[in-house]
Amino acid sequence: MAQLDPRIPAGPLAEKWRKHKAEIRLVNPANKRKYEIIVVGAGLAGASAAASLAELGYKVKSFVFHDSPRRAHSIAAQGGINAAKNYQNDGDSVYRLFYDTIKGGDYRSREANVYRLAEVSANIIDQCVAQGVPFAREYGGLLANRSFGGAQVSRTFYARGQTGQQLLLGAYSALSRMVGAGAIELFTQSEMLDLVVVGGHAKGIVVRNLVTGEITRHASDAVVLATGGYGNVFNLTTYARGSNATAIWRAYKRGACFANPCYTQIHPTCIPVTGDYQSKLTLMSESLRNDGRIWVPKKKEDCRRDPTAVAEEDRDYYLERLYPSFGNLCPRDVASRAAKRMCDEGRGVGETGLSVYLDFSDAIRRLGEHVVRERYGNLFDIYHEITAENAYRTPMRIYPAVHYAMGGLWVDYNLMSNVPGLFVLGEANFADQGANRLGASALMQGLADGYFIIPYTIGDYLATQKPGSRPSPDGAEYRQAEENVRAMTSRLLSLKGREPVSHFHKRLGQILWQHCGMARNRAGLEQALREIPALREEFWRTLNVPGSGDTLNQALERAGRVADFLELGELLCRDALAREESCGGHFREEHQYPDGECRRDDANFSHVAAWEYRGEGQAPLRNVEPLVYEYVKMSVRNYK
Amino acid sequence: MSLSVTLRVWRQAGPGKPGRFVDYPARNLNPNMSFLEMLDVVNDELTLRGEEPIAFAHDCREGICGTCSLMIDGKPHGPQQGVASCQTYLRSFRDGDVIVVEPFRARAFPIVKDLVTDRSAFDKIQQAGGFITARTGSAPEANAVPVPKGDAELAMDAAQCIGCGACVAACKNASAMLFVAAKVSHLGLMPQGQAERDRRVLAMVETMDSLGFGGCVNQYECTAACPKLISHDFIARMNRDYRGAIFRAAFNPSARGE
Repeated sequence: MAQLDPRIPAGPLAEKWRKHKAEIRLVNPANKRKYEIIVVGAGLAGASAAASLAELGYKVKSFVFHDSPRRAHSIAAQGGINAAKNYQNDGDSVYRLFYDTIKGGDYRSREANVYRLAEVSANIIDQCVAQGVPFAREYGGLLANRSFGGAQVSRTFYARGQTGQQLLLGAYSALSRMVGAGAIELFTQSEMLDLVVVGGHAKGIVVRNLVTGEITRHASDAVVLATGGYGNVFNLTTYARGSNATAIWRAYKRGACFANPCYTQIHPTCIPVTGDYQSKLTLMSESLRNDGRIWVPKKKEDCRRDPTAVAEEDRDYYLERLYPSFGNLCPRDVASRAAKRMCDEGRGVGETGLSVYLDFSDAIRRLGEHVVRERYGNLFDIYHEITAENAYRTPMRIYPAVHYAMGGLWVDYNLMSNVPGLFVLGEANFADQGANRLGASALMQGLADGYFIIPYTIGDYLATQKPGSRPSPDGAEYRQAEENVRAMTSRLLSLKGREPVSHFHKRLGQILWQHCGMARNRAGLEQALREIPALREEFWRTLNVPGSGDTLNQALERAGRVADFLELGELLCRDALAREESCGGHFREEHQYPDGECRRDDANFSHVAAWEYRGEGQAPLRNVEPLVYEYVKMSVRNYK
Repeated sequence: MSLSVTLRVWRQAGPGKPGRFVDYPARNLNPNMSFLEMLDVVNDELTLRGEEPIAFAHDCREGICGTCSLMIDGKPHGPQQGVASCQTYLRSFRDGDVIVVEPFRARAFPIVKDLVTDRSAFDKIQQAGGFITARTGSAPEANAVPVPKGDAELAMDAAQCIGCGACVAACKNASAMLFVAAKVSHLGLMPQGQAERDRRVLAMVETMDSLGFGGCVNQYECTAACPKLISHDFIARMNRDYRGAIFRAAFNPSARGE
């Protein structure tokens, strides 16, 4: 059974991080260059970590499967990044950002982690501005803010609708600087396919070069995974097509516990599905809910009419009606479920009846079209490209889609997994977002982990490892891991069945969306737990991966990732079945209040569920880390 | 309503191998389908027939990661202005069209396979100087230095570059001037970017030249092909910066950061 000690420092909440930083072990500057750290992934968390660790003097190897570190999917985040700067003088503070995030997460995250996140949020903005990130400014030249869901203050910093792009390019520039300086060795188009564990510690990885097919072993003193979320297990999502869970899944199979896989986020404002050929769903930023109003017709017969012809009194602005104090800016899980309920009642709009309106006509009347264009122009353009509709004239149609994974590998306060030496950052870990993430908090967490947490906490581990004690990559564990990767690759290539890999990914996605999506219940989850192993068996019988393993082979890459999703999907359902309550993004139909809101069960489920792999064909073990709330009173989330 | 087209696709097994065009029919397509989704469908059909699918670069499929890079009927990213290949939809084509699909071609972007090219030259230019040195933890308070709104907006216009390489593919000289100018202008417009301004433009331009990109002859095909419509005015801004920096460096080598 895994040892899950969260190692939360003692002392008052506001003192914990400061005290911890003062007390943890350090590596002296002359010794830092003797340690080699592998960082996998170069999104916000990975790029900021690699750059910051290299600046400290560690030797860093950075691995990305993309052709350039600038392509990581952090780049697609639109709306903004939260920080407790209180520049608007509206009463914001570290405590308020902490409290909003804990409450937004439906009381399923660690107090100490979230408080630290809120504390370092202000440093992130300083850091990014110093790198030249062109944040939006007021006329006086100071930084501008906007509002996001789940908060009643305006604390979100943004760069038009491309905040993630600008923050990532900032982190990428820091990474590039250190590559240019020779402090980081960069491996692009290099996919991590196994973790090497030596004597119980993470000491390296096995990598496949996606262009040449070459498989190589890499030894290090510590391994940092910043490989993003696993949401693409659902196939049709807002994630990039290449986003995958392979790195964290293979680490799971080497002993790292997987925490709360059932906490997946469905984002309320995405462009609806139009056909079965579709490869992805496109998000419309939550920032649109600042000025857009969400509605459906009150009467079913109005659902097929031109929306501009539906009279004001015949419209149901249901978020404003149900949640008057937060209105259109209620949290994502709440807004998504409300949209689903409206469509389930038969009041959905569009060809399929599976969408709701997001209407800007009031904002255009109030502010003028030019102001709306300045704030959201690029989002309106994206909408137009995809739908050929002009959202300045007619309301957007939106529907929820899978967007983010709050679950991930279990980590302690130092962001180290239960496998010593294995650190997990950003969306790939589980720690800070609880059961639901608030808007503009993913960018904050990725950069907090990479710039301001790992540079301190990794030293606490490395100080216990003798400089120069790094094993040789020719050791038995490395060779065994390489053998494992080679066997999997040749197995996939030798199947020579009939079906393309997309066939299985689509079917897995359909099973999960139906039974483990916005609403879940016991019967559905049990059915999914029968269907997924059957699909997996079919995959390994009838899959066809054309081509060879020694050139660029995109079908082979995807086959490996889908093989992992077919296992992860099962764990997702298992976790959802075991968690007999509703909280945040995990909604069990058996556990709800009469008005359809989540009913948590704090007496029995105020804990992290961290799953431990026990071998093929064995049921994984559900370990538990209790969540203790010393400062915040757990209550029913109320956005009314 | 559906449409059927013929795709004339560049197939090349690997770097330095001979390539050729191969025709593939794509039938009964929904006009709301994206161009890349059509390639997905064609690839699935190829797989079912036991043939090797067409390799093409793609990832976010929402026009921001800069991975996709198709030359469609001779235009980088296809017929529409201001979009990436992944944001090109079939409604831009007519039933019966023959559509020619090629990789972005440039000496500095060698072909990896089929429609995939190696654009790591762009990373090398960034590594040479595309940054503001701001060691983590050393940053001053964010509002300590106000940035005029107009400067921040103009910097953002340049900073939007997605690094796809369409500007290079569109240019008859395969020049990377728009790409480099966008980065130089973005950082040079910010007050934080002044300390390294000369060093940056010299290092980036020299690296660009050494990697085999051609020179600019002011025809601005780059801006027309840019999915973010980044203005060629930034090239003029970079040229001015570069001339000034060369001049200063001639008198004072420390301008090079040496």
